[in-house]
Formats: sequence, C-alpha cells, structure tokens
Amino acid sequence: MTNLEFTPLVFGISAVAGCLGALTGLGGGVVVTPALTLLLGVDIRYAIGASLVSVIATSSGAAAAFIREGYSNIRIGMFLEIATTMGALFGAYLATRTPTSILSLIFGFVLIHAAWQSSRGRPKDEKVTKTDALATKLKLNGSYPSPDGPCEYQVSHVKTGFSMMFGAGTLSGLLGIGSGALKVIAMDQAMRVPFKVSTTTSNFMIGVTAAASAGIYLSRGYIEPGLAMPVMLGVLAGSILGARQLIGAKVRVLRWLFAGVVGVMAVEMIASGLKGKV
Amino acid sequence: MKTWSDQRLEVIISVLLRTGVLISALVVLLGGICFLSKHGDEQPEYRVFHAAPASDRSVSGIIHAVNPSDCQAVIQLGLLLLILTPMARVAFSLAGFALERDGTYMALTFVVLAILIYSLAAPH
Repeated sequence: MTNLEFTPLVFGISAVAGCLGALTGLGGGVVVTPALTLLLGVDIRYAIGASLVSVIATSSGAAAAFIREGYSNIRIGMFLEIATTMGALFGAYLATRTPTSILSLIFGFVLIHAAWQSSRGRPKDEKVTKTDALATKLKLNGSYPSPDGPCEYQVSHVKTGFSMMFGAGTLSGLLGIGSGALKVIAMDQAMRVPFKVSTTTSNFMIGVTAAASAGIYLSRGYIEPGLAMPVMLGVLAGSILGARQLIGAKVRVLRWLFAGVVGVMAVEMIASGLKGKV
Repeated sequence: MKTWSDQRLEVIISVLLRTGVLISALVVLLGGICFLSKHGDEQPEYRVFHAAPASDRSVSGIIHAVNPSDCQAVIQLGLLLLILTPMARVAFSLAGFALERDGTYMALTFVVLAILIYSLAAPH
C-alpha cells in the first residue's frame, strides 16, 4: 500500500470513529487506536500519538460550541485540570515504560467499560442537600440555563472527585484517549454535578489534559506526521458531522451499535495483548 | 456563583479555541497535500516503531525544520499549533482571573499552565 492509498483509508476510518464518537458522546479517540492497530497493523505507540492529537482537536472544537450554551463550569474545570494534567504527565511517562502488550490489555479493559457506558444512557441527576466546605471555598457551585430560568446546583465530594480525575488523567496520558467517560463519572457520580454540566465541562477539560501528555509524546517520537495528519483531519471532520446530526438521530440504536463495535474491539485488543502480538 | 465576567470570559475562550483548531487544521491540511504530492508513491511504515525523526520531536526542531521542502515539518507545525491551543486557553483564563482579582484561581490556573509548559518545553 502506498501513502496515496493509505492516507484516505486512515482518513475514512478516523472520520467514522469521530462521527460515532460525537453521536454517542464518548469521543473518537477511544476507537481510533484499536481500529488502526487491529485493522491496519499500526504500532500502538504511533496510533496512541495520532489519537491523542485528534482528541485535542475534537475537544477544543466541541468545547467552543458547548461553552456558548452556558452549561460548562470554568471553575470546576480549571480546579480539576490540576489533577488531570498531573495524571496525564504521569500516564505519558508510564506509557514510555510499559510494554505494548500490556498497553493493549489495558486498552481492552477501558473499551469494555466504554461499551458498557454507551449501552447505559444518561443517569438521573440527584440534588445535593449538604454543602461541601471546599466547594464553597473554591466557588465551584454554579447554575445552568433551563426552561424555567437559571437552575442552581451545589457540588459535593470535591476531594473524591479530584482523586478520580488524577486517575482519568493517567489513563488519558497512558492510552492517548480523552477519557471523557471517566471524567463525567467523577463529576456526575462523585461530585454530584448535573449531568449536562459534567459532560460539557469534561469536554472542556479533555483538550487541556491531552495537551499535557502531548509534549511528552512529541519528544518521544509518538507523533508521526504522516499518520497523525489523516487521523486528526478525519476525526475532526467526522465529529463535526456527528455533532450536526445529533438532533433527530436515533441515538438509542446508535448507542447499541457503538457498544457492539467497541465490545468486539475490546476482545480483540485483550486477545492480541495476551498473545503479545502488538 | 458564576458572575457576568465568568460568562464573558467563556465566550472569548470559545472563539479562541475554535480559531486555534481551524488554523492548525488548515496548516495540517496544507502539509498533508504537500506530503502526498511528494511522498504519495512511497510505502508507509508504521508497523514497526522507530520514533519520528529528531527534528519532528521538539518545538525548536519543528520550527527550524519548517520550509516548503519538508512537508512533514509543516504537518508537525500544524499539530504543534493544535497543542498550543488549549495552552493559550489556560493562559487566557489566567488573565481573566487576574482581571476578576481572583487570587485563588490565578494560583490554580498558574499551576495548570506550568504543567503544560513543562510537558512541552522540558526534555524527556
């Protein structure tokens, strides 16, 4: 295969991944790496590098749209980014010292979680009644627009959320993914931030988290221009298309479809990790 | 509580992010067209990891390598601009919190910015 054939193929795969990622809200990064390694036999380190770059592109592009709607909470985001960026640095260092077969295994387990998350849909918001002193001190409580006017919310379990964010950052740096699903869990489940605020703030944070590991990836030579170019452009194009289609799409069917694809990929990644074929 | 100036800060940030992504995507696209026109017939070799060439691996290396004959360096410059976009976002937030005279958040934002600069500038 020549570059003239390989580049459009990678662009196409990345565009599908980006589109599905935007439609399901899980992001394209988590599917790009297994697709590149399993379908095209790309070394997982190149795939991770290219995927990370695409994560920055989609996060920054999508965050721009979400911020305007007034849902994201810039203070929660900035505070938690300390944890995610430190985690991302740690994860990127780990990535350079971890055998590729282990990376493939961990990736498989993350995919299983993504499949499960995708088939589940959005959880219900629970109101916080007890105030968290740290949340008040850091001015994390906020409000978001709703049909009945601004809806106020309070944030709890700030320390738990912060620690979980370190974990999310580590995974992001280790595997070159946005790990948006984990970020949402930390905010939505642990800190009781309303779901819509959690998802948009998570999106906002993903780009900064990924940028923290990108420097290390770059200096380690994981970001290969010939591969990163079609992946970044493809995922970006796909996610823009996906975000446009979001209204009126059969999200339930898509979620199951996505869960199925990700599930198959998970099994393949675990299998190739165990066989040491990566 | 969100204040009026938090909201305004967020709108400016969203414009900044979109512009950064757009510019970097255009540079990557230009580099990509150049890459395909010159190396289109060559076989890609990504099955075995060699690490990208040294000139494509640091900020100064990329900037020095950029010229019309090195298409990969042009792509890498676009990707570097992309990495700088969230960094610019954080730097802008720092300025915003300074305008709001919010010392706590200035400090928090500074830590994030320092981590990002360390990642990109320090040799690893």
